[in-house]
Amino acid sequence: MTPLFDPQLPADALLPLLVLASSLLPGLVVFFLGEARVGTRTALNLGGAFLKLGLVGWMILGVYHGQRYELRMPLLDDLDLVLRVGALSLLFLVLSAGLWLVTTVYAVGYLEQSPHRSRFFGFFSLCVTATVGVAMAGNLLTFLLFFEMLTLTTYPLVVHRGTEAARRAGVVYLTHTVLAGALLLAGTVWLYTLTGTLAFAPRGFVSEVASEHPAALTAIFALLIGGVGVKAALVPLHGWLPQAMVAPAPVSALLHAVAVVKAGAFGVVLIVYDVFGIEQAAALGVTGPLALVAAVTIVYGSLRALFQDDLKRRLAFSTVSQVSYIVLGVAIVGPLASVGGIVHLVHQGVMKITLFFCAGNLAETLGIHKVSEMNGVGRRMPWTMGAFTLAALGMIGVPPIAGFISKWYLSLGALEAGVHWPLYVLIASSLLNAAYFLPILHAAWMREPSGPWAEAAARASAQAGDGGGRPRPETRWLLLLPPLVTAALSVLIGLFASMPVSPLEWSLLIVEREFHYP
Amino acid sequence: MPLDPSGPGLAGPAWMLAVVFLPLAGALLCFLLPRLAAPVGLVAAALTAASTLALTLAVMADGTARTQLGGWAAPLGILWRADGLSVALLAMTAAVGVTVSLYATAYFRNDEHERTFFWPLWLLLWTALNALFVSADLFNLYVTLELLGFAAASLTALGGSAAALTGAIRYLLVSVLGSLSYLLGVALIYHGCGTVDLALVAACVPDAPRPAMQVAAGAMIAGLLLKTALFPFHFWLPPAHGSAPAPVSAVLSALVVKASFYLVLRLWVDVLGGGGRWVAELLGVLGAAAVLWGSVLALRQERLKLLIAYSTVAQVGYLFIAFPLAVAGGAVAWTGALYLALAHGLAKAAMFLSAGNLLRFGGHDRIAELDSAVHRLPLTLTAFALAGVSIMGLPPSGGFIGKWLLLEAAFEQERFGLVAVILLGGVLAAAYVFKVVGHAFTPAARERRIRAVPPGMEWSALLLAAAAIVLGLTLPLISPLLQLGPASAASAVTLAAGGGA
Repeated sequence: MTPLFDPQLPADALLPLLVLASSLLPGLVVFFLGEARVGTRTALNLGGAFLKLGLVGWMILGVYHGQRYELRMPLLDDLDLVLRVGALSLLFLVLSAGLWLVTTVYAVGYLEQSPHRSRFFGFFSLCVTATVGVAMAGNLLTFLLFFEMLTLTTYPLVVHRGTEAARRAGVVYLTHTVLAGALLLAGTVWLYTLTGTLAFAPRGFVSEVASEHPAALTAIFALLIGGVGVKAALVPLHGWLPQAMVAPAPVSALLHAVAVVKAGAFGVVLIVYDVFGIEQAAALGVTGPLALVAAVTIVYGSLRALFQDDLKRRLAFSTVSQVSYIVLGVAIVGPLASVGGIVHLVHQGVMKITLFFCAGNLAETLGIHKVSEMNGVGRRMPWTMGAFTLAALGMIGVPPIAGFISKWYLSLGALEAGVHWPLYVLIASSLLNAAYFLPILHAAWMREPSGPWAEAAARASAQAGDGGGRPRPETRWLLLLPPLVTAALSVLIGLFASMPVSPLEWSLLIVEREFHYP
Repeated sequence: MPLDPSGPGLAGPAWMLAVVFLPLAGALLCFLLPRLAAPVGLVAAALTAASTLALTLAVMADGTARTQLGGWAAPLGILWRADGLSVALLAMTAAVGVTVSLYATAYFRNDEHERTFFWPLWLLLWTALNALFVSADLFNLYVTLELLGFAAASLTALGGSAAALTGAIRYLLVSVLGSLSYLLGVALIYHGCGTVDLALVAACVPDAPRPAMQVAAGAMIAGLLLKTALFPFHFWLPPAHGSAPAPVSAVLSALVVKASFYLVLRLWVDVLGGGGRWVAELLGVLGAAAVLWGSVLALRQERLKLLIAYSTVAQVGYLFIAFPLAVAGGAVAWTGALYLALAHGLAKAAMFLSAGNLLRFGGHDRIAELDSAVHRLPLTLTAFALAGVSIMGLPPSGGFIGKWLLLEAAFEQERFGLVAVILLGGVLAAAYVFKVVGHAFTPAARERRIRAVPPGMEWSALLLAAAAIVLGLTLPLISPLLQLGPASAASAVTLAAGGGA
């Protein structure tokens, strides 16, 4: 048993703790701030976000040079809480720390004047704390702890508006995630009683008992994947995600791109690679069904997205579909497919958060919630729709935007593994992506403005007289800047995919260093 | 181990006397000086808690503490003993006790009648609890049990409403019935063994006439199950716990129910030497039924205090699920059950105190009309939710550790039915906790008159809830105290080494 606090704790072991504390402490302080203290609150939030990003950057350098960061604390008699930072954790850390920063900026702008901001930002910070905890988990117990903490801290954000609809969405969200938590707990304890350890390892930690208990291990795999699959919105466990759309736009961004869905997908990666090990998972015959579930989810999500008129719901079903690219990449079993899956963790996050920021801007500025109200909106809000267009094209897979890289590696990976059907799934999905995104782009850029917002704008300009004064910015700067940054980012990480420390290069590093294939 | 009190653990026996006689003295003083009841009671509570802490540290350092009242040796005199199990429950009682005392000073500030009766009765109840946890003979245990029952029933009636009186009377009857059943068992054992000292009885039981011992054990355990409100004996609990004033409900649910559970456990492990396989299975089935039935009923309640009371019925069930698992060799199940008992004590007290705040604030405890309480009483709602986390068994919390250990034992023995019950109970608990939290986010249909809640009441609820969470991180520290099993005397000796390492 390790002592509670090691007096000779090296500074490197403190870094994971600092990464947690950089959002935990500001979050706790923010709860007690008065509503009116906007300046202090914003300073705390942004200070924490910048600090976290800096710490993560420091660790990238360290890990690149072979350094490892680890901190442990005893929790159960022979099970520790372990925070550990390796290449894979860093990928998720960078994603969540980076996107948290932009989302905080966006949320500050979005929630100007709205009530209960201290509570909102408090839970917002706790939510990110849980996410980085998930990213740094060094064993399944630690993962479980932060995964459940994520469930609890997102609930107040989902019901933040306090309406009856929000409360119902909260019930749906919890029904899904709490049941999932029970499955995850069951799988974890069962696995522990078989193996006597839960520490993540490059080849997994089940191989010694695999010959004795194949049936039990298959059941455990199903339990664990069921547990994380709800957050990853695998069909048929995805029902909560479109419902949770009642939450404010920054929360949707957080759910879809930074925290919840991503934690689920990351969990799938961990369970396949670090718990079972890809060889053992393939030997047990569980990767095939997993790939099938992923394929069904990809197609089903895209099909449902086609028929949504509500913009945020369309984006939500698009998330259902896109996140399963990650699962598919993992389940194909092969280095290149894994690269495609893992890099999509970042790519999907950056692109999808752009889309949600833009949807939030449309709703906040013009009151547009539906696709059918978007005619001609590109003329009124060209910057917002420009960012939206880039991200949507990226989702479809147009080069050189990030999404193309993911799909390219997934396809290569499928060919490398000698299977062809994932190609058809990818092609079908890309066609469907185009089918639900291109009409939006066409309406926004090509059609004449119509609908209530256009009439209001016409009245306003008639009152103000023609050509008077400089053109106003299309919306508040704090709302416009984040989607522009993330849209630019999704082009840049696609364009410079082969530069060192790009998400793609980092994924290649992860696969080379941490994964082992048969 | 020598029975001589001047042995190595000299400090232990002195503190053991202190934890019983300090609250007793406080109760008498409060009774004699009704105008000063609150300050005197608070001082007595603080001193009792401090001496409990000292006793806990002494036992952790030196092992089991023993003392003989009046200097008479075991068969004739009264022996008190504090081992790991005792101090764990004493410490939990002290934590809940001192916080509830703080809460009560604010709660009863404007009600002189209730205040003058609350303090002496509450300190008397605390005395009875502490005496029960250190008693080492069957008859002494009976006396403390009876004292506990009377103090608890009187406190239940404190509110004075018709509902409170009905609940209190029913509670009193059940309590007396349970004690009588227990006393019948004690009489049979005394007849068979000629002693009531736990250690001597344990030595005698294997050789005594079997039918008499079986009837005795059955009568004692049945009486205690009635007092513990194990399904199907739970009928009396919700009206009593639901209608008492908030600090009383907290004490009843958190502590009083645990006292009779402690006694079942003590008899099972120390006296009956593990008990029978089939009895354990029966207890397990009743426990599982309690978890499901209590949770479902909690979910269906429309009033907050009744919801919390039914949740107690469910959580008591978990404690008995450990019996079949432990009998089949999973000693880890005892640790799990005890951990759940401690966590439930802290969390359930926090929940009842939060309910008291909501009741004071809005004048009612209808769940559907909590009316944006989350904005208006954020600390109280935080306390409720944090306590709920422990009740649901989500990490990191005391409840999580307890459930993990139970699950570990259940999976090791491949008892998948029990696994399902343990998990389902957690899911249902989440459902009823979040039912409350969800309604606290939405505004009610009509405005109501509201009353201010003193900050002391909000903070004390939050403090207990936070303690239930922190308990989830302290298993390595206190697990040496919770090692139960046939060799519990031996483990108390190794405790010194384990606790100091």
